[in-house]
Amino acid sequence: MTTAMLVSILMTLIAASTPLLLASLGELVAEKAGVLNLGVEGMMLCGAVAGFAVAFSTGSTGFGLVAAAFAGVAAAMIFAVLALSLMANQVATGLALTIFGIGTSSLIGAGFVGRTVTRLQPVFPAALSEHPLLRVIFGHDILVYLSLALVAAVSFFLRRTRPGLILRAVGENDASAHAIGYPVIAIRYAAVAFGGALAGLGGAYFSLALTPMWADRLTAGRGWIALALVVFSAWKPGRLLLGAYLFGAVMTLELQAKAAGVSWLAPEVLAMAPYLATIAVLTMMSLGRRTGRLDAPACLGKPFSAT
Amino acid sequence: MNQPREQEVPPRLALAHISKSFPGVKANDDISLSVRPGEIHALLGENGAGKSTLVKIIYGVQQADEGSIHWNGEPAAIPSPKAARKLGIGMVFQHFSLFDAMTVIENIALGLDEAVDREELKRRVAAILQSYSLPLDPEREVHTLSVGERQRIEIVRCLLQKPKLLIMDEPTSVLTPQEVERLFETLRQIAAEGCSILYISHKLHEIKALCDSATILRGGRVVATCDPKVETTKRMAELMIGAELRKIEHGKAAGGGAVRLEVKGLSLPGEPPFGTALDNVSFEARAGEILGIAGVAGNGQAELLTALSGEQLAAAPEAIRLDCKAIGLEGAGARRALGLACVPEERNGHAAVPDFSLADNGVLTARHRLPLAPHGFISRGAVRRFADGVIKLFDVRTTGNAALARSLSGGNLQKFIMGREIGQQPAVLVVSQPTWGVDAGAAAAIRQELVDLAAKGSAVVVISQDLDELLELADRLCVINEGRLSAPRPVASLGIDEIGLMMGGIHGAEEPVHA
Repeated sequence: MTTAMLVSILMTLIAASTPLLLASLGELVAEKAGVLNLGVEGMMLCGAVAGFAVAFSTGSTGFGLVAAAFAGVAAAMIFAVLALSLMANQVATGLALTIFGIGTSSLIGAGFVGRTVTRLQPVFPAALSEHPLLRVIFGHDILVYLSLALVAAVSFFLRRTRPGLILRAVGENDASAHAIGYPVIAIRYAAVAFGGALAGLGGAYFSLALTPMWADRLTAGRGWIALALVVFSAWKPGRLLLGAYLFGAVMTLELQAKAAGVSWLAPEVLAMAPYLATIAVLTMMSLGRRTGRLDAPACLGKPFSAT
Repeated sequence: MNQPREQEVPPRLALAHISKSFPGVKANDDISLSVRPGEIHALLGENGAGKSTLVKIIYGVQQADEGSIHWNGEPAAIPSPKAARKLGIGMVFQHFSLFDAMTVIENIALGLDEAVDREELKRRVAAILQSYSLPLDPEREVHTLSVGERQRIEIVRCLLQKPKLLIMDEPTSVLTPQEVERLFETLRQIAAEGCSILYISHKLHEIKALCDSATILRGGRVVATCDPKVETTKRMAELMIGAELRKIEHGKAAGGGAVRLEVKGLSLPGEPPFGTALDNVSFEARAGEILGIAGVAGNGQAELLTALSGEQLAAAPEAIRLDCKAIGLEGAGARRALGLACVPEERNGHAAVPDFSLADNGVLTARHRLPLAPHGFISRGAVRRFADGVIKLFDVRTTGNAALARSLSGGNLQKFIMGREIGQQPAVLVVSQPTWGVDAGAAAAIRQELVDLAAKGSAVVVISQDLDELLELADRLCVINEGRLSAPRPVASLGIDEIGLMMGGIHGAEEPVHA
């Protein structure tokens, strides 16, 4: 394997992992606040289509990204009003949000099928971003760096800051947090909105960076993988990074294997590989720790009403 | 504590004509009381008397419909707990508002209104722990702590705010006698430093030992204000309950019957992550007797109950015998059919399905011994009659057999669950915390039912943390500590100090140990 090939594989890997990382990081924060939003896929699609539509009409991918984040937040707010204010069942509401997102993105995207936009460009100047070796580090677009920075930021926020402590407290024991005097519902709204913004950006990564062309159901179920990653990472941002990149790696290998014409494995088995590998590795990491049950925020998915 | 009563000093807290209604019930009706600086003031009343509502109004969790609050002589509005803390009101809740998966210091930080640097907070916490001689490790995670230690977190959390009024809501309900004594010392020290304490309880001897004055509530109204050091316990109890106290009537000739339940060398690994392993537990319960099992929470009571109920099977069939039949490997249903009934501590979710009606909850355990579901088909009529019978016989206050279990108050649901099991005429009834969180009237009724059941020839095993209850009910008493069970001893031969020390894990200590 040549160095050039290796570099190219790494580039693909990082690109494939980034939307997963963004969406799952947002969901992690929402779940840490005790909200189980299964609508990640729907929010991603909303972000994908809004980002594409705005980028297409304004010609600016930057505006597209902003629109994608707002679209994700808007979708998340639908969920929040139903599940947090009206105390609808979170699982059912989240599933409905996904269906809603699929439908809405198809509707809005109907006129855009097959159209293209300018791809999201690398951040650094060409001398670095197109250097045959250094492009592994400097050749990425803004969202790649943003997602990595956010992993560190979220980790620091949750572990080291007072607002992060309060957010975790709301997810651990909403009644106690309320009794102490924290605005449980408002904090959950904020966490869900953050989750929506990141899911929207994650979705836009498909339509603006990976394949800058609109196609129906562009995210291809990655929202569900993002949800699973949150659980398997035991709600820890660092592990989430590992899981997302692992998934991206095996997915990239799968494409490489297909391209290289590996014939002794059925293509279906190859297609399964990223899912199996991610589950296997993250499950193994969870073994041997006896505190398994404590990892999940204790109030995850429970509706809260202040009485 | 006995400060000179200077008239010019305004009361720390004065409530005037406070009323608060909820749909269908007037929780507080024209309540007035005042607390002097440095005074320990008791708020006495049964569950449902309106103590919790009143305290929530003082702490800003709820707003009064009518009435006014004066703080140090000035009119005050308390729209939120934050506002209460700003005035200098601290509160230690009955059910601690703690976060199990977090450390002590994180929990304390959460209770503060302003951000405090972590190192600075550690220093301040250490200073408080030292000045009140409270043993507590700030870096431990809360789920690893005992109930007494958890309460200390709440107290430290309050003391950090330098409160002028500390509200303690039923603080001793789950403490050992030694822990209670230590708590009282801490509270006396706090009061001596000028902080008023509002002490909510229904335990009269504690109020006599600790408090300077008492306001007694019944049905949302103030029925009396008195000096507990002067007033008799009996009189205060009657004011609180509003009726002559009912004494438990023991059928005599207890304990002489045949062995109905025999447990021999029962060991069981604790359920991870926090379970306590049972270690070679042996005891027997005879027809006509009540065997009490005392102990501080988390010493294997939950495991013992699941081992007896059949939720966890023993290693060998001979480990548990019911009327001489080895049942160690029988499941829960089989054991019930044979006559071993169990009532776990947690009512909603373990003893009853919260979202099922009372009738359906009745079927769940009673079908083994009563013809409620012949051939596997539920007989609705029989089920309703059974539930109605239990509701009537045990005076369960509810809208009927179709009411959801979760809609009942703790005491009423407990009465229903006890009635459901007793109605099956079990050979052996094992019950954990039968009157936890139940008001005094219902508790007395439940205890009487247990005594009556034993009198009819069943063996009754009561697992409880409430020593008063065990001393009142049990014929013989043993103590569970770290999964080991002490040899049972006749209750008549035991002193309360001795039991307390056994519960704390100091077996056979000669002298009372104070830390």
